[in-house]
Amino acid sequence: MNYAIQAENLTKRFGNFTAVNAINFTVKKGEIFGFLGANGAGKTTAMRMLTGLSKPSGGKAEVAGYDVRTQAEEIKRHIGYMSQKFSLYEDLTVGENIWFFGNIYGLSRAMIKAKTEKLLDELQLKEVKKQLVASLPLGWKQRLAFALASFHDPEIVFLDEPTGGVDPITRREFWEMIYAAADRGITIFVTTHYMDEAEYCDRVSIMVDGNISALDTPAGLKANFLASSMDEVFVKLARG
Amino acid sequence: MKPFFAFVKKEFYHILRDRRTLLILFGMPVVQIILFGYAVTNEFKGANIGIWDQSKDALSTELAYKLEASGHFSLASTYQSHAEVEQAFERSKIKMAVVIPPDFGSSYYAGRPVAVQLLTDGTDPNTANTLINYASAIIQGFQGVKTDNRPLPYQISVDSRMVYNPELLSVFMFVPGVMTLILMLVSAMMTSLTIAREKELGTMELLLVSPLSPLTIILGKVTPYILLSLINTIIILTVSYFVFHVPIVGSLWLLLGLSLIFILMALALGILISTRTTTQQSAMMISLIMLMMPTMLLSGFIFPIESMPVVLQYLSNIIPAKYFIITLKDVMLKGSTLAFIWNEVVVLIGMTLFFLVLSWKNFHIRLSG
Repeated sequence: MNYAIQAENLTKRFGNFTAVNAINFTVKKGEIFGFLGANGAGKTTAMRMLTGLSKPSGGKAEVAGYDVRTQAEEIKRHIGYMSQKFSLYEDLTVGENIWFFGNIYGLSRAMIKAKTEKLLDELQLKEVKKQLVASLPLGWKQRLAFALASFHDPEIVFLDEPTGGVDPITRREFWEMIYAAADRGITIFVTTHYMDEAEYCDRVSIMVDGNISALDTPAGLKANFLASSMDEVFVKLARG
Repeated sequence: MKPFFAFVKKEFYHILRDRRTLLILFGMPVVQIILFGYAVTNEFKGANIGIWDQSKDALSTELAYKLEASGHFSLASTYQSHAEVEQAFERSKIKMAVVIPPDFGSSYYAGRPVAVQLLTDGTDPNTANTLINYASAIIQGFQGVKTDNRPLPYQISVDSRMVYNPELLSVFMFVPGVMTLILMLVSAMMTSLTIAREKELGTMELLLVSPLSPLTIILGKVTPYILLSLINTIIILTVSYFVFHVPIVGSLWLLLGLSLIFILMALALGILISTRTTTQQSAMMISLIMLMMPTMLLSGFIFPIESMPVVLQYLSNIIPAKYFIITLKDVMLKGSTLAFIWNEVVVLIGMTLFFLVLSWKNFHIRLSG
């Protein structure tokens, strides 16, 4: 099995409305896969199905080798997730947040302790271990949130618009972290609004109205659409 | 089990670090019980009255003393004319005027009928009624003492006694009501707020994507509030017992057991509300309007159910707080055992199960939506 994610005719309908219309794609292990689309194109719905939060209305998908329809619990154990709100507990300290996430993923006490030390070292957050997360700058919170999403060594990390609201330098640093994680063999599935970020991905899919309209490497897409940037590709696709 | 305990511990961090939550949890019960105990009261102590004594004889003076000596009234002024009495009412100097007719004593001793007029300020009907009842009782008593010297041939004397609350202390009535209100507030409102908060901050998504089962998430969320609600119950009972001397005649365990059932019901309502809202603000508004208002107004806590319009009386039957207050009063003040209140207890348990199932179903629907 060489694929981290395989989707075959994956479909989600809400009543008469088809949010995701029989999409097909695969994500290779260790790949950074960009999942693009305008608001309402069906990105979030597709992602919810892949993370086991919502059952497909049709088609099938495997994530980390598990069926999203029948093995949602197994999937949850093998994926990490980071939302656009960086979702940490602001009234808990850095250390307590790490402790909590270690626990809900069922890691042992010794393991949590060892991994916490390592994580704090890597992120240079040692001095603020006992500080409330609320007091940290946005960029630090973002890095901590990503570190927690991959704390339990998941096979795939889902990032839902992970760089919203942060400045370009912090975004750049954040992508360094994503590359480092991918180098460790973690598959990254990322949605984003920023077209320059799409260029950082190994492959990119673009959703329009519930369908995947394009799927290729950034270079391939640009060549195909005779565009000089991903931005242009996106505009051409969106206009049909 | 380990993730569950970690969850509960995390929840306690939230509670202990939020001053507002702590204030609502522990400040409010004490403040409310003391407020209701001292300030909100139907009893009168030293209400201002005026007397227009047109007779000024020994008997009328004695009656005036008697009224004042009861402790319920304090004599603000005496008047010489109807105009003076009216003026005193207009300036809100007095709540009641006692008008004693001329030749009060001589007519009385001559065996002629005499009447004492009680004038009250009808703009406040409840007060007016209560004052008239008090004054009438005192005047009757006064007459009784006087006629003992010359027994009348026919006389029906009324000997009333208020059982279970002989001094008619209103705090006896308010304690069960306040307890109900507080438990509703802590259990239902605080749970709906804390779940709405996780949604607002986006951490709920994170929990749902984690291997935690939905049941663990819900139990982890509500367990601290069950504990805190029980602690609150004990605080309220302690304060009312030691400060207001409200007796606990029945079994304390039965009382705590009933409270636990009501707490579970309130928690289920809180979860139900949280499945319908995504922000703390709307969770708060819904809790206040849908839960607190009916609990205050339709449970019999403040307004007696018997004197409500028929439609509201029927409506009160679906207010869980009504049954809880009835059982609380019975157990606390009358010492009823389960055998006497099982009717209400069955209804309460039924409602609790209903809301638990409903909220659980709703939570699931939201998840797989």
